[in-house]
Amino acid sequence: MKNITKLGAVSALSLVIGASAAFAENIKIAFIDPLSGPFASTGTNGLHQFEFAAQYMINDNGGVLDGDMFEVIGFDNKTSPKESLIQLQVAIDQGVRFIVQGNSSGVANALTEAIDKHNRRNPDSRVLFLNYAAVDPALTNDKCNFWHFRFDANADIKMDALTDVIAKDQDIKKVYLIGQDYSFGKAVAAAAESMLGEKRPDIEIVGNELHPIGKVKDFTPYARKVISTEADAVITGNWGADMLGLGKSIIENGFTGPIYTYYAAGSGITAAFGESGKGRIRLITQGGINPIASEEARTLYNAFKEKYPEGNIDQSRIFNTIGMLAQAINEAGTADDVVAVANKLEGMKYPSMWGGELYMRPQDHQLIQDMNIAVHTDENVEFDYDNSGFGVVTESTIVNASMDSPTTCEMKRP
Amino acid sequence: MDLILVNLIDGLVTGLLLFMLSAGLTLIFSMMGVLNFAHASFYMLGAYFAYQISIALGFWMGLLIAPLIVGVLGAGVERYGLRRVHQYGHVPELIFTFGLALLIEELVQFIWGKNQMPYSVPDVLNFTAFAISGNSIPAYKIFMIFISIGIFLGLLYVLTKTRVGMIIQAALSYPRTVEALGHNVPLIFMGVFGVGTALAGVAGVIAGPVLGTFPGMAFVLGSIVFVTIVIGGLGSLWGALVASLLIGCLTTFAKSYNIEMENVLNAIGILTPDDLDDSIFRDFWSLTSPQIADILPYILMVLILIFRPAGLFGKRLS
Repeated sequence: MKNITKLGAVSALSLVIGASAAFAENIKIAFIDPLSGPFASTGTNGLHQFEFAAQYMINDNGGVLDGDMFEVIGFDNKTSPKESLIQLQVAIDQGVRFIVQGNSSGVANALTEAIDKHNRRNPDSRVLFLNYAAVDPALTNDKCNFWHFRFDANADIKMDALTDVIAKDQDIKKVYLIGQDYSFGKAVAAAAESMLGEKRPDIEIVGNELHPIGKVKDFTPYARKVISTEADAVITGNWGADMLGLGKSIIENGFTGPIYTYYAAGSGITAAFGESGKGRIRLITQGGINPIASEEARTLYNAFKEKYPEGNIDQSRIFNTIGMLAQAINEAGTADDVVAVANKLEGMKYPSMWGGELYMRPQDHQLIQDMNIAVHTDENVEFDYDNSGFGVVTESTIVNASMDSPTTCEMKRP
Repeated sequence: MDLILVNLIDGLVTGLLLFMLSAGLTLIFSMMGVLNFAHASFYMLGAYFAYQISIALGFWMGLLIAPLIVGVLGAGVERYGLRRVHQYGHVPELIFTFGLALLIEELVQFIWGKNQMPYSVPDVLNFTAFAISGNSIPAYKIFMIFISIGIFLGLLYVLTKTRVGMIIQAALSYPRTVEALGHNVPLIFMGVFGVGTALAGVAGVIAGPVLGTFPGMAFVLGSIVFVTIVIGGLGSLWGALVASLLIGCLTTFAKSYNIEMENVLNAIGILTPDDLDDSIFRDFWSLTSPQIADILPYILMVLILIFRPAGLFGKRLS
C-alpha cells in the first residue's frame, strides 16, 4: 500500500514536471539565408553564430521569460528572393515569430514587403523581421516598416565612416568603385560618389561599375580595367566568393593600393587572402575583435572556438541581435505578441559586449552603434580568422556613427 | 593597344582552361552519346584532391596524383554506374549523371565544408612573369597556358597518330565493327571516360588556386562547358579548342571595354530616342558590354544552333 502511494506521488509529480516543461515552449527564430550555392559558407557561418548566441547567451542562462528557450531554425533560400518568400511561408506555418536574414538586400527587400503584407492580413500570426546584415539604405528609409529592425549599420553609415578615412589620406587622388549588380552594390557606389564629392572634391572617380552577382568566374578582366585607370584605391561592397575573387585578382594582377571594403573577413576569405592582403584590405566593421572589446566577449569567443574550432565570430552583431531580442521579450513579458516586443525594441539602449552602447533609433529602426575601421594583418591579432594567423585589427573607431543622419522613413505603427 | 595584348593573354588562359574541361566532355559525348552532367563536378574533385594532397606533399605531387585519382574514379563511375544504366537508354543516363553531380557537391560539402579552401599558387610560381604597362602577368598564368597546350598536343597525337587513337576513332563511328574485329569496346569506353574525367581533374588542379576552391565551383563553370561543346560541334576536339578560345576572348574583351549599347545602335543607324527615360527600351539602351559579357556565349550558342546546328566543326546533325 505504501509502495502504491509512493508510486502515485512520483507519477503525479512527474506529470506536473512534464506539464510545466510543455508550457515552457521554444521561441522559434527562423534563419533564412543561403545554405547552399556560391554563398553557402557565408550563410552557414552566420547560422552557427546565431545558434551559438542563442545557446550560450540565452538558453544556458535559463532562457527568457519563465524559462522559454530560443531555437534557431535554418532555412535555405539559395540567395533567391523567390525562394525566400516560400521559406518565409514555411517558417510562419511552423509557428515562427521572429525572422532573421542578412545576406543580400535583394532578399531583404522582398522579405520586408511580404512580411508587411502578411502582418496586415494576419494579425494573429504576425512576425518580426530582424535584419542582421542587409544594408541597402532603402530598408530604413523609403521602404521602412514597423516590423523591420536593422542591427547592422546601413551602407550610407558605413560609407560615411569609410570616406572619412579616405578623405584623410592625401595620397589618394583616384578611386575606382566596383560592386555587385543589385540594390546594395548600387547603393554603395552612389554613397561613395556623393560622399567623396562632398569630403574630397579633388578625388577623381576613375571607374564606377557593377558586375553580375555570384556569376563571375574570373575577375581578371575587371582587374585589368582597375589597373589601367591607375587608381590609388578601390572601394567595393562585394561579399562572399565575389569579394575573394575580386580582391585576389586585383592584387595578383599588379594593383598596389588599398582596398576599402565592407565584408572581407572570415568564411575562408581571410585565410585565402593571407599575406597578399596584409595591410592592404581595410574593412568597415562593428564590434572590436582585436583588441577584444571586453572580458565577457573574450570568454564568449573562446567558448565559441571550443564548439566551432574552424569557425569565426565575424558578425558580432548577431550576438547583439539575440541579446536585444531577449531583452525586448523579457521587458514585454511575452514572445507571442510581436507588437509588444517591437515596441520594446524601439528606442532600446543596449550595452554591447563588443563595445559601445547600441541604440535602436525609433523613427526608422536603424541601430546606431560604434563603427570601426579595421585592417587585415597578422600583427597584434589575438583572435585570428580561419585559423590562418591573420585577422582584423581595429585602426580607428567612430562613436555612434551617423547618430543624426536623416531618414525619409514615415513609420506606420499598428 | 597594350591592353589588347594583355586581354588576349587573359582570354587565352580562360579559353584553354575551358578547353581542358570541354575536351573530355566532347570526347565522352562523341563516343558514348552521354552528356555527362557531372563533368564539372570531376573538375571540382580535382581541385579538392589536389588541395588535400598539396598540404601533405606539395603542389606538384597534387598536380600529378589528383588527376589520376579523379580519372580512376571516373572510370569506376563508367564501369559500375553508367554501363549498368546504359541499357535503359539515354534518359536514365542523363538522370544518372545529373544525380551524380548533386551527390558529389553534397559530398564535397560534407567532407571539406562550405568554406573556400586556402589552396594557393605554389611559391615557385608566385611571381610576376612580366608586366605590360602596369598590368602584371602572373607566372602561374603562363604555366597554365603551357600545361593546357601540352595536354592538347598530347591528346591530338594520341588520337590521330597512335594505334589506340585509331581504335578510339573507329569505335566512335562503328562500335560493332570494332568489336567484331576483336577489340574490347567497353574497355575503350571506360578508358575514354576515365581520361575525360582526368582532364577535368587537371583543369581543377590548376584552376583551383586562381578561381577559388569552393563547393560552388562546379556550378559556376558547369553550364558554360556545355555551351562550349555545342558551339564547337559535339564530338570535335578542334571544335572544342576553337570554341573555348572564342568564348574566352569574347567574354574577356566584353568585360574589359565598356562598349555601350547606345553607341552600337547608333553605329548601325538607329537613333537614340529623344526622351530615353520614358522609353520602354530604356534598360536596353543603357546596357554596357561588361553587364552582358557572361551571357554572350549563350547568345552565340543560340545563333550557332540556328545557322549551323552541327556546331563550328561538328560533322553530324543528330
